[in-house]
Amino acid sequence: MSVLQIERLSIAFGGVRAIDDVNLTVPKGCVFSIIGPNGAGKTTLFNLISGVYRPTQGQVLLDGTDVSGFAPDRLARRGLSRTFQNLQIFFRLSALENVMVGRNRHETTNVIQDLLRLPSVWRQNRATREAAMAALARVGLAADADKSAASLPYGAMKRLEIARALASEPQVLLLDEPAAGCNPVETEELDDIIRAIVDDGVTVVLVEHDMRLVMNISDRIHVLANGRTLTEGTAAEVRANPAVVEAYLGTHNARGRAVA
Amino acid sequence: MPRLIDSRYTPLIAVALIALLLPLIFPSPYYYRIGALVFIFALAVIGLNLLMGFAGQVSLGHAGFLGIGAYAVAVGPTHLGLPSWFCIFAGAGASALVAYAVGQPILRLKGHYLAVATLGFGIVISIVLTNEAGWTGGPDGMSVQRLVLFGWPMHGSKIWYWIGAGTLLVGVALALNLIDSPSGRALQAIHDSEVAAQVLGVRVARKKLSVFVISAVYASVAGSYLALLNGHVTPDLAGFMRSIELVAMVVLGGMGSVFGSLVGAAVLVVLPQALTSFHDYEHMMLGLIVMGFMILLRRGIVPALGAALTGRAL
Repeated sequence: MSVLQIERLSIAFGGVRAIDDVNLTVPKGCVFSIIGPNGAGKTTLFNLISGVYRPTQGQVLLDGTDVSGFAPDRLARRGLSRTFQNLQIFFRLSALENVMVGRNRHETTNVIQDLLRLPSVWRQNRATREAAMAALARVGLAADADKSAASLPYGAMKRLEIARALASEPQVLLLDEPAAGCNPVETEELDDIIRAIVDDGVTVVLVEHDMRLVMNISDRIHVLANGRTLTEGTAAEVRANPAVVEAYLGTHNARGRAVA
Repeated sequence: MPRLIDSRYTPLIAVALIALLLPLIFPSPYYYRIGALVFIFALAVIGLNLLMGFAGQVSLGHAGFLGIGAYAVAVGPTHLGLPSWFCIFAGAGASALVAYAVGQPILRLKGHYLAVATLGFGIVISIVLTNEAGWTGGPDGMSVQRLVLFGWPMHGSKIWYWIGAGTLLVGVALALNLIDSPSGRALQAIHDSEVAAQVLGVRVARKKLSVFVISAVYASVAGSYLALLNGHVTPDLAGFMRSIELVAMVVLGGMGSVFGSLVGAAVLVVLPQALTSFHDYEHMMLGLIVMGFMILLRRGIVPALGAALTGRAL
């Protein structure tokens, strides 16, 4: 049963096809990784799936429904959430308030009720706070709830974004390079966090350069190069594929670091 | 550190105490008028601060809403025979409708483009008020009938001091409510990252529009009060300089600080009065002092002092 399906997806910027005829199917409840060299189109693909960009061509199906061209907030309301490669923290807010924004799609009060602070708003705030605290705890940031988000170390900000996305209770969570800039210990923690998320029934789509993390955690790996699909398979299959090594290292440079 | 009282409402208590205690040090009744002006401007500034300081959307045309509110209480009773109190609400309603209609297209713009579009909006309003002379008296303006409540005429600075203070307290309370609510968090999120807010489900366009409408209503009520306090209104009230003055009050007092809105309004209402002894150099002094404030307290008076006093933002 697939929760996310992409059919013949393309987007062109000017004359350049950043994503060119990509197909992929993400089974429910798995970790699905998308890898590829810099400029392969991984983040562009995320932007297409999450509605930040509109595809030039092709379809995105979320839980069987065609959601191509939906605005990001509409997709969020259908259970798709994401984090950002270059952090998009709400720096004016505390860590907890950042995560409370993630509850937005579950909040039902309108702006008039909010202005008057009716009892419904009061109850809403309390429910939101509790859910946000729980999400913070899942990424190990419960103790930092009242700190200014801007004061957190980089690795904690990365986890804060995950908590914020989790608070929206997504069925599909897109993680864009969560391990970038993290030290080995933080990456190890990240591994545990992602596994716990999947255990809760959330499907995780991961874009990541840290190959140890990718190879450890992924159920399936989709390899992009120059906006096109190079191959897809399990970690072992991808690792053994000479085309993948070539895409990363280039044909003329056989030396250098291995993929895994 | 445990808190004795909910610090969220500190600005509300501070404003109430200031309004109650200030008359004790007034040397003459004239100061009630200055106090009333400060409170009324502070009301408009809080509204604009919700838009600018919290949601991060600039408006260089907000005096247009002051104008709509002011002319509602001028034109309504004079030409249509409507009671003044009703016209305060009617003006607020009209401002909300105008903000809703104008906000749809222009709030899609960002940064400088939004600034210029709102500037244009303010200019349009002041031109309409100037040119529709049959209704508005043109550039010379028109006189405004006194507000009568329950048979009592609301006349004199003292009464408007208390009306201004009371309404400001309501304005502060509503603003504080909004900030700590789902809508308020969404607005602050939009300020920092529209794309992140949107992928979390925030309907960005709708939220921006709602705060634009709210800020227009604040300005409109303030405009009505100014007209009723002065007994006279001219299109200058809706002019470009007024809009800039409102923005200066927001920034000077502190973007995103409700209490700062009162401080910003107080500084820019009181300073020109205090500087009249400099005669020809009055405006120059005012300009230099404002520059000095911004250089020394660049985040605005209240946030900068708050950070200096407590080691964290107020």
